[in-house]
Amino acid sequence: MSAVRAREEPSAVEHWVDPAPFDPEEGERTVTPEQQRFYTASQWRLMWWRFRRHRLAVVSAVFLAVLYLSTLVTEFLAPYGPHTRNPQFINAPPQRVHLFNEGRLIGPFVYGYSFRLDRATLRREYAPDPAKIQPLRFFCRGEPYRLLGLIPGDVHLVCPAERGTLFLMGTDRLGRDLLSRILYGARVSLTVGLVGITVSFVLGITLGGISGYYGGWIDNLIQRLIEVIRSFPTIPLWLSLSAAMPVHWDPLWVYFGITVILGLIDWTGLARAVRSKVLALREEEFAQAARLMGARPARIIGRHLVPSFMSHLIASATLSIPGMILGETALSFLGLGVRAPMVSWGVLLNDAQNVNVVALYPWLLLPVVPVILVVLAFNFLGDGLRDAADPYSAR
Amino acid sequence: MLRYVVHRLLVMVPTLLAISLITFVIIQLPPGDFLSTQLAELQAQGETLQQEKIEHLRKLYGLDQPMWIQYLRWLWGLLHGDLGWSFEYDRPVTEVIGDRIFLTFVVSFATVLFTWAIAFPIGIYSATHQYSWGDHGLTFLGFLGLATPNFLLALVLLYFANVWFGTSIGGLVDPQYLDQPMSLAKFLSVLEHLWIPVVIIGTSGTAAMIRRLRANLLDELQKPYVVTARAKGCPPGRALVKYPLRMALNPFIADIGSLLPEFISGSALVSVVLSLPTTGPVLVRALQTQDMYLAGSFLMLESFLVVLGVLVSDLLLAWLDPRIRFGAGQAR
Repeated sequence: MSAVRAREEPSAVEHWVDPAPFDPEEGERTVTPEQQRFYTASQWRLMWWRFRRHRLAVVSAVFLAVLYLSTLVTEFLAPYGPHTRNPQFINAPPQRVHLFNEGRLIGPFVYGYSFRLDRATLRREYAPDPAKIQPLRFFCRGEPYRLLGLIPGDVHLVCPAERGTLFLMGTDRLGRDLLSRILYGARVSLTVGLVGITVSFVLGITLGGISGYYGGWIDNLIQRLIEVIRSFPTIPLWLSLSAAMPVHWDPLWVYFGITVILGLIDWTGLARAVRSKVLALREEEFAQAARLMGARPARIIGRHLVPSFMSHLIASATLSIPGMILGETALSFLGLGVRAPMVSWGVLLNDAQNVNVVALYPWLLLPVVPVILVVLAFNFLGDGLRDAADPYSAR
Repeated sequence: MLRYVVHRLLVMVPTLLAISLITFVIIQLPPGDFLSTQLAELQAQGETLQQEKIEHLRKLYGLDQPMWIQYLRWLWGLLHGDLGWSFEYDRPVTEVIGDRIFLTFVVSFATVLFTWAIAFPIGIYSATHQYSWGDHGLTFLGFLGLATPNFLLALVLLYFANVWFGTSIGGLVDPQYLDQPMSLAKFLSVLEHLWIPVVIIGTSGTAAMIRRLRANLLDELQKPYVVTARAKGCPPGRALVKYPLRMALNPFIADIGSLLPEFISGSALVSVVLSLPTTGPVLVRALQTQDMYLAGSFLMLESFLVVLGVLVSDLLLAWLDPRIRFGAGQAR
């Protein structure tokens, strides 16, 4: 009522009206350079921008990249070989790096061990001996090796002093340097996840794609298969499958066997994700267009459907790598996984199987530190990738 | 609802059949059988077995018959509650397994409860205090639990339980109660030992649960009806508990299905380290000696537990949330 009356009786206050024609879409037509950059960026570039904002994920990515690169030059980084025994130093505790001795700067050095055999318990006891100062040497010639088994060399990043020792993480029951063995173990432990995820990726995309694209009884069959596989508790299933590997196999074969087993069981989750995406996408116009042009199903799935959710797949694959790394560790810990002489973090933890170790030689638990760090890093990286995989989402 | 239950029960049958077939194939995978392993061991010790005796044993155990007959005999036995004969223990598998399966179930169930008890308050706190220090800290703790290998945590916790509380090492009960009937003292002793495996196995599942609850609750809290409730002056506690929380609770029920296999397999590892009288240590040993009926029964029964868990969680969900029941009915 009041609005109507207002029109009839002009108010005392005069309004100023802009004579230019009003265009409600003006705000959307003028584009700042900032927006221009955003609108024209490719999908992968958008994802990179979003990913960069996830600080923890970037740090994790760098950390993992450094680790993986380091496995290429393990021989150079490790002060000792993976199987070098030091019979005089059995279960020796870690040596600490010092800079000063009695207030005098010496540079990085370690104190040598003083050795005492406890007559009552027959334990070997090592303690740092302040009289033995052993400065570290850098870029020095030490144990000869073959880089990646090919290129001969003998230069190490850091070596012990002449006739000295350098066990920064202690030694095991055969007097082998734990730090070196952890560095060598990274090769197996870090790659297990990658090879395993490849197996699982191929299986997951193929079966999930077929299941979603064809539907009908094929879909039903594959879904039931997935259900059955998921009903098995993972670790007992892993155990049974790895127990099935012949004892006389070469360690390298066993290693591949383990990765295949890990991948064979992991693919179900990926397959489900792929199926649900394919189900939704196969009705889209671009898929229909491809179909009308006579593309075969394999091409439609592989060329048109899968790339449109590849980023999601990569993110979820990243999130399932840590499970595989932990799986390898668990299997090797039980003695059913990778076998000596191959070195992996799980094999190293195999030495720490009972409570005595925790009480007497706690440094034998150290290989768990890289396991935790790598698993955490993969989780954060996966989280970041998952957020970035959907660059158009609001948050 | 009744139709749904019947439908679910019927679907279980082919699933279980497929599981039994896969189990049988897996335990047949290693080359040779129990007798040949045994024979090799005896020969390595310099003993000889008469060929006739071996043939007799082979016939007795039915190892001379073709695979599919062995499978059918095994399946037939399973249906009658006869799990076969454990070669290593020289006793029926049912006797070897009985208590252990029960204890596995007890440990797994206690772990589910533990996970709920931990994840519930933390998940709510994380969602209502998003991006606060508490949220970040608790999330990180959860991740840390996820990343630490269970068996190692078991070892360390076992050590400290022994040093600090004087809990005896290994087993689920103090040695003095081992052969005694159940009493209050024994029960307390079991409780005293139970928390270690429960905490350890639970750590891995808790993180995932917290994140699920947090994500669900956050989605729910941003919906217009919550804003409306707040705008109308509904107290914050009520505006949280009355609807959003109930909507976000689904994962707690739905996850029984996925938590159970995780916990059962987690307990397999942890109990090897803690030498618990659950299925884990026996399974590992049986796999190493190719005691196939024993190993097979374990795999079969544990999978059965999982299928049962999924069924229970699905039925609970359908009962709590009618949308799910009708959705499932239309899809099939």
